[in-house]
Amino acid sequence: MSTRSSRKAARLMLSPSVIVLLVWMIVPLAVTVWYSLLRYNLLRPERTGFIWFRNYTNFVASPAFLSSIVNTLILVVGVLVITVVLGILIALLIDRPIWGQGIVRILVISPFFIMPPVAALIWKNMFMNPTNGLFAEAAKFLGLPPFDFLGHAPLASITLMVAWQWLPFATLILLTALQSMSSEQIEAAEMDGANALNRFWFIVLPHLSRAITVVILIQTIFLLGVFAEILVTTNGGPGTASTTLTFLIYKEALLGFNAGTAAAGGVIAVILANIVAIFLMIAVGRNLDA
Amino acid sequence: MARAVSIRRKSLNTFWAWLVALILFFPILWTVLTSFKPEAQAVASPPLFVDFDWTLQNYRDVQAQRAYFGYFWNSVVIALGSTGLGVLIGIPAAWSMAFVPGRHTRDLLMWMLSTKMMPAVGVLVPIYLIFRDLGLLDTRTGLVVVVMLMNLPIIIWMLYTYFKEIPGEILEAARMDGATLGKEILYVLTPMAVPGIASTLLLNIILAWNEAFWTLNLAVVKAAPLSKFISGFSSPEGLFYAKLSAASTMAIAPILILGWFSQKQLVRGLTFGAVK
Amino acid sequence: MKTHLHALLGAVAASALALPVLAQDPVTLTIATVNNGDMIRMQGLTDAFTEAHPDIALQWVTLEENTLRQNVTTDIATNGGQYDIMTIGTYEVPIWGARGWLAPLNFSAGYDVDDLLPPIRAGLTVDGNLYAAPFYGESSMVMYRADLMEAAGLEMPEAPTWDFIEQAATAMTDKDAGVYGICLRGKAGWGENMAFLTAMSNSFGARWFDMDWQPQFDSPEWAATIDTYLRLMENYGPPGASSNGFNENLTLFQQGKCGMWIDATVAASFVTDPNNSTVADDVAFALAPDTGLGKRGNWLWAWSLAIPNSSAHQDAATTFIEWATSKDYLALVADHEGWANVPPGTRTSLYENPDYAQVPFAAITLASINSADPIHPSVQDVPYTGVQFVAIPEFQSIGTSVGQEFAAALAGQKSAADALAAAQALTLQEMEAAGYYD
Repeated sequence: MSTRSSRKAARLMLSPSVIVLLVWMIVPLAVTVWYSLLRYNLLRPERTGFIWFRNYTNFVASPAFLSSIVNTLILVVGVLVITVVLGILIALLIDRPIWGQGIVRILVISPFFIMPPVAALIWKNMFMNPTNGLFAEAAKFLGLPPFDFLGHAPLASITLMVAWQWLPFATLILLTALQSMSSEQIEAAEMDGANALNRFWFIVLPHLSRAITVVILIQTIFLLGVFAEILVTTNGGPGTASTTLTFLIYKEALLGFNAGTAAAGGVIAVILANIVAIFLMIAVGRNLDA
Repeated sequence: MARAVSIRRKSLNTFWAWLVALILFFPILWTVLTSFKPEAQAVASPPLFVDFDWTLQNYRDVQAQRAYFGYFWNSVVIALGSTGLGVLIGIPAAWSMAFVPGRHTRDLLMWMLSTKMMPAVGVLVPIYLIFRDLGLLDTRTGLVVVVMLMNLPIIIWMLYTYFKEIPGEILEAARMDGATLGKEILYVLTPMAVPGIASTLLLNIILAWNEAFWTLNLAVVKAAPLSKFISGFSSPEGLFYAKLSAASTMAIAPILILGWFSQKQLVRGLTFGAVK
Repeated sequence: MKTHLHALLGAVAASALALPVLAQDPVTLTIATVNNGDMIRMQGLTDAFTEAHPDIALQWVTLEENTLRQNVTTDIATNGGQYDIMTIGTYEVPIWGARGWLAPLNFSAGYDVDDLLPPIRAGLTVDGNLYAAPFYGESSMVMYRADLMEAAGLEMPEAPTWDFIEQAATAMTDKDAGVYGICLRGKAGWGENMAFLTAMSNSFGARWFDMDWQPQFDSPEWAATIDTYLRLMENYGPPGASSNGFNENLTLFQQGKCGMWIDATVAASFVTDPNNSTVADDVAFALAPDTGLGKRGNWLWAWSLAIPNSSAHQDAATTFIEWATSKDYLALVADHEGWANVPPGTRTSLYENPDYAQVPFAAITLASINSADPIHPSVQDVPYTGVQFVAIPEFQSIGTSVGQEFAAALAGQKSAADALAAAQALTLQEMEAAGYYD
């Protein structure tokens, strides 16, 4: 069906987006790569000059660098596991006939509409605060000592917050996929005498695999950039326990105003993100016939 | 569902579903409740659920400190403007990738998505300088463009997956009837893609509304949206839970209500091609 | 896209160029400010200013402290020109003033610049020029519960030592009743736990850098500081202290959960306010502790108004700053809100005013401010200025990283020795990267 004229038209129609995205990607990326080779601190404009890879070595030599990569992976993988597993369970639950399905669905998707800094403020102050938070009140009610979430389990607490925000997204996509499943398939399996667990494992889960891939791909893109939640709650600490790569770049860019090193960090982050992307595509990309 | 479900079974499912839903919704409910409490009761121990002295004072205080409407309006303009612009640019691109796929379509799509992986904070300084030189700092135009660019890859991908599900035969039939390319898109393709376009619009309005990095750093006052509004309440001196809750409620209420009312449309199209 | 942007640029630039010409009559000042109570109050009182100056309109950008700092620093360093007045602190003024980024302030004689408190003025002056006018000033001090102190059979001296603080904390702590002997900042950040710890270290004779910019975290003075801090907080502090900043501690104190709290003097008006504080009648004050070395553990800070050189309305901006930091403004606030709510810590005349002397925390605030010396913060020689900070551009980043280490020690994830060693290493690395040893 693709005649020559329609191909030409297609290229014409494609070009605005591609050009816009190219400009958006190439211009800042080029400037960033250029900055990353310069001695450039906004607060020390008199110290300039081309310094090759000093910014990169400085960024990588930072004691927090390695742990920040590990933390980023823990955060991303943690949120993915929580949202996919719970998302499947919740989707299975609200796919069944229940009373008040519409309202239940509205309640479940609501966290997705909350601005990330607002969500972080709510969780930090009203829930996880060890003296005034609701969790501390619950602990007190049960006669337990309050647990200092952000002090003793900072990364886990932040993972929980972020997972809460993304769980609705995962649930919705998985639910839509679930609803597209033909009931004949399940009925046939039921007649064959397959029990619930087997039905789930051999019929439902394979059917959901594409949806799971989509959830993982989209969420990873957003999760790699998480930092408002960290800034509001732990400031990367205690120690570097909740410092992610993005937060480390933030420290260079908006605390040190070191545009050169921040740019180097940005370039490193892009490279690592693309490695993750390639890895993702190899691992799960087969499910996407693009 | 063809299967008969016993009342007992349905009751049990209903119970669990509501329990899960209420747990997930509880932080929002608690924030809204707290916004109606006097400050001192907001940190009362044991916590007060409904038997406190209901008051609108927090809302009055918040409004007195910063006029809400201007921020609200900027948020509306940025969310709608960036989404509208993004869809306008995205539809042709998605159309051509879906119906005239080339050898590199898939790579192109992946590359577009990968542009989203650049951490925004790493490019702040270059973008700030470019914006300064173009006179775009603190303008709604500038923010519409940036937020649009942030979300464009997602927009294109979503649209692409819907378009792909439209059978090509229909287009060929239309073409046989002598439809031009423009007519083809307008009369044949678009009606079939309405659910997809609707949910693309909705999802991106939500993402744009909640964008809180570029808006915080590139807007000053004239173009400042609700993310900037909230920043003034996040940690003032003294007891602040109730006022923070009121400001938070004001910032999230519009998008929450939009989300509730358009829930069906959002869900219908939110597949990213995951449904086969 | 590019041409599109250019067209846009043209239109925007044209209107930007046209603006100053049109703006002969009403000038609109864009003022960036922090969301503290005194600043919010000022926004409510500006009618008095705009009535006297109908040709000047005011436009406020009120932000939380970190966001404010990010926004104004980015703007001034890139010459963005988005603001006419910036609210900045004693940390920024010496750095930015020396860079020539701020317009020097020259006020009319009626302003009485010699009335400004000497330590505050010194912190805002570079090479003899005043680059920012103080809106309110603060030091830090001990706030404590007189009722608990009495029940413990102790009496707080006017100028306590750290030993006494520890003794009192032991006696006042009653964890079953939810009362913790001492609340101190623990949340990581150069303006959070490091403000407190740096000021505290001064009283132990420590310093951040020697005269060759070598970090000093391997010194016995710093070890003594951190050991004392951790001992106090682990034994007598509230749970979750490693995420407590000013606000969290204020809330705890107001709820009666702290026996003592060492923090900003401006907190005094909040903890003595019966509307928000359950312990308003039982609060008393003392100077920040020392160890007898001649420096106390109190800091010095002033939120101040400054004009960036990139502002197009410097005259109008000067007029506004002169009004907002004048004696008349203090009287105006007193008229509307009472003397206790006047922005403190900027003018000698305020403390000589008999009406203001009635305020319970007036004298102690003045004494605290006057005992801080931003030019000679440590008993040892130092190459920098600033009491609870080091006035170099790298400090925000270094201070926050070091603060994270000490927060980790407080949370029990590291020993004090490990945290100090890590602080030493990372400071050395960052100073090296910044080119201090080239």
